[in-house]
Amino acid sequence: MKNILLILRREYLVRIKKKSFWVMTLLMPLLVSGFYALLFWGVFNSREVQRVSILDESGSFTQKFKDSEKVKFEYVNIPLDSALNRLNQKRTDIVAVIPKNIIEVPSGLKIYTGKGVGFEIQSKIERIIQNEIRNVKLANAGIDQKVLEDADVDVSSKVVVVSKEGEQKEQNTLASTVLGFITVILMFSTVIGFGMQVMRGVIEEKTNRIIEVIISSVKPFQLMMGKILGVGLVGLTQFTLWIALTFVLTTVSSSMLPSQQIAKAAQDQMSEMPQKDKDKIAKKMEQTPSDAGKVMAFIQSAKNLNIPLIIGCFLFYFLFGYLFYASVYGAIGSAVDNETDTQQFMFPIMLPLLAGYLIGLMTAGQTDNKLLFWASMIPFTSPITMMSRLPFGVEPWELILSMSLLVISTFGMVWIAAKIYRVGILMYGKKPTFKEIGKWLFYKG
Amino acid sequence: MNNILEVHNVVKRYSQHTALNDVSINIPKGVIFGLLGPNGAGKTSLIRIINQITGPDEGYVLFDGKKLNPNHIKEIGYLPEERGLYKKMKVGEQLLYLAQLKGLSEKQALEKLKEWFIKFDIKTWWNKNVEDLSKGMQQKIQFVATVLHEPQLIILDEPFSGFDPINADLIKNEILELKEKGSTIIFSTHRMESVEELCDHIALINKSQKVLDGEKTEIKERFKTNTYNIKYSGELLTTSNDFEIINTEKIADNFSSSTIKLNPDTPVNQLVRQIIDQVELRSFGENIPTMNDIFKMVVNETID
Repeated sequence: MKNILLILRREYLVRIKKKSFWVMTLLMPLLVSGFYALLFWGVFNSREVQRVSILDESGSFTQKFKDSEKVKFEYVNIPLDSALNRLNQKRTDIVAVIPKNIIEVPSGLKIYTGKGVGFEIQSKIERIIQNEIRNVKLANAGIDQKVLEDADVDVSSKVVVVSKEGEQKEQNTLASTVLGFITVILMFSTVIGFGMQVMRGVIEEKTNRIIEVIISSVKPFQLMMGKILGVGLVGLTQFTLWIALTFVLTTVSSSMLPSQQIAKAAQDQMSEMPQKDKDKIAKKMEQTPSDAGKVMAFIQSAKNLNIPLIIGCFLFYFLFGYLFYASVYGAIGSAVDNETDTQQFMFPIMLPLLAGYLIGLMTAGQTDNKLLFWASMIPFTSPITMMSRLPFGVEPWELILSMSLLVISTFGMVWIAAKIYRVGILMYGKKPTFKEIGKWLFYKG
Repeated sequence: MNNILEVHNVVKRYSQHTALNDVSINIPKGVIFGLLGPNGAGKTSLIRIINQITGPDEGYVLFDGKKLNPNHIKEIGYLPEERGLYKKMKVGEQLLYLAQLKGLSEKQALEKLKEWFIKFDIKTWWNKNVEDLSKGMQQKIQFVATVLHEPQLIILDEPFSGFDPINADLIKNEILELKEKGSTIIFSTHRMESVEELCDHIALINKSQKVLDGEKTEIKERFKTNTYNIKYSGELLTTSNDFEIINTEKIADNFSSSTIKLNPDTPVNQLVRQIIDQVELRSFGENIPTMNDIFKMVVNETID
């Protein structure tokens, strides 16, 4: 045991001291929180006031553009050239030109800008014009606005999961799917990544010939386990840092956008809608969420997911899924002299991993899919596929069964790998076949 | 107990061949023991059994009178023929690690390392990466790693390969010093000149079997051919049944060299007396076989 700890410590420290470890560890949460921040940014983008000059050639939109916190409208009645000149003189940021025949040709609207225009402002201008044209056309057709309002029904649904105890929980399928995808991809890539590190470590010891010195001091099994556990601990360290850093960064970045402001942004959007929409929204705010509302609902429902359970299960499945596959990687490393010789052994190991990955991604959200169920029970695929099921809720007995099967078969796999490893590390020269490796299993000490 | 190690009737089989066939060897305490044999004879298999890297299929090994067990690992230091170090690891860290694997505490290891670093004058190497050292420098580090925990038994497999003559001498002196201090050294090689120089005892393994063992001087005695080499002026003739001249070579005018085979029953003094009657003797020497001769003789014999 003392030897395993000594080896574990070396394997751990050597990797923790590498620059690449810290680059990866710090970069990931930055990317994730950066994405998160971008999400906010995209919706509630810059708070800088944009000045928009409206050149209304049709004359139908007087008083229709109302200033808001972020946009100041100004009607100009000058030739296009001088209007565009205002852009150069920085007297305005955007010039919107509404042609005479806008009602007949709605695509005639032109927006000029010196430095690009945000999607939000573009759609705001479009929306105002669109609403106005609709009103004009409806009036021309003799349809009363009231009638139209009644006919304009929004259908949307909420998914409510009813548990056996009769408890009802609203579920956001999108958030669950996204989380499932992320964890499946993360599990797949980390199991392979850290498994490969174990394999490289074993090959390194074999090629630099330190192996014989070490196994004259410790048992091959201790060396293998020390290495596998050491690299696994590096993985767990990385995950812990990722989770902690992501949590800190997202908390910081969302606290920079207080909820008041988010509500205000949602209100801003509402204020530009015609009165009838406003009434409707007031009546059934939830059914017709604005963009901002949608993001908020997504984040809210993501918060409703059982994150501690998912993180706990992720760490559990990573640990055992990793042990399971790392021992196979270790055995392969012991059987060959260099990395190029590993090719023929890579396919059988990648096959179940890839199967788990594809099943996990393609059947995500299909809670009663039989293939997904079995894949989440079989130890070869369960660490990955269970991740795609977890956000949708998994029966406790299924989880316990799947975990127990994984733990038992991990011990079995480690046992088999140790038998191969013990013989393999002292074999040099000829690349072994599967048959020979099979024979090693039955060698005596 | 005079033997540090006793190998009793050890058999080791691999799927295709038998690596050791009923090998028994006794290694007395405090000697430098040469384990000789051509490539593939089974030396490495035997060494791996002593190091408990593998176990024997039959037979057993006694270490200091007790059956070989994991507690003996820290009493043995092993320098394999194919040896290496972690390239990306610092010299000091690496030696500390290897010493701890042998059961030393970090503190003990540090103390002993300090001594060695001063002795070999390599203090500046502590924080160097192994890959920045030359091959000879790495060999020194490996040697330190082998003996750092002051084992009773030190097994050196081709220790001089890769050393320049100066460093080889340095290691040679270290080996002799370790012997002084009471360690037993098993020295596996097929470089006979170092066997000649260092070993007290030898065992020769060929084709999985021990074909010869014993004290070096005794073995030489056993293999001597009763021939003598003489240089002289004049003409030498066979005058009795006591000796015969095998060959004569003229070195210069009136100066020859001859190889003479003596009748086993005749005392050497009698031979000398007969010779000086005939010629003026310049030099007289017994032909003692070198280890190289013995090695070739025995190995070729077992081939036939």
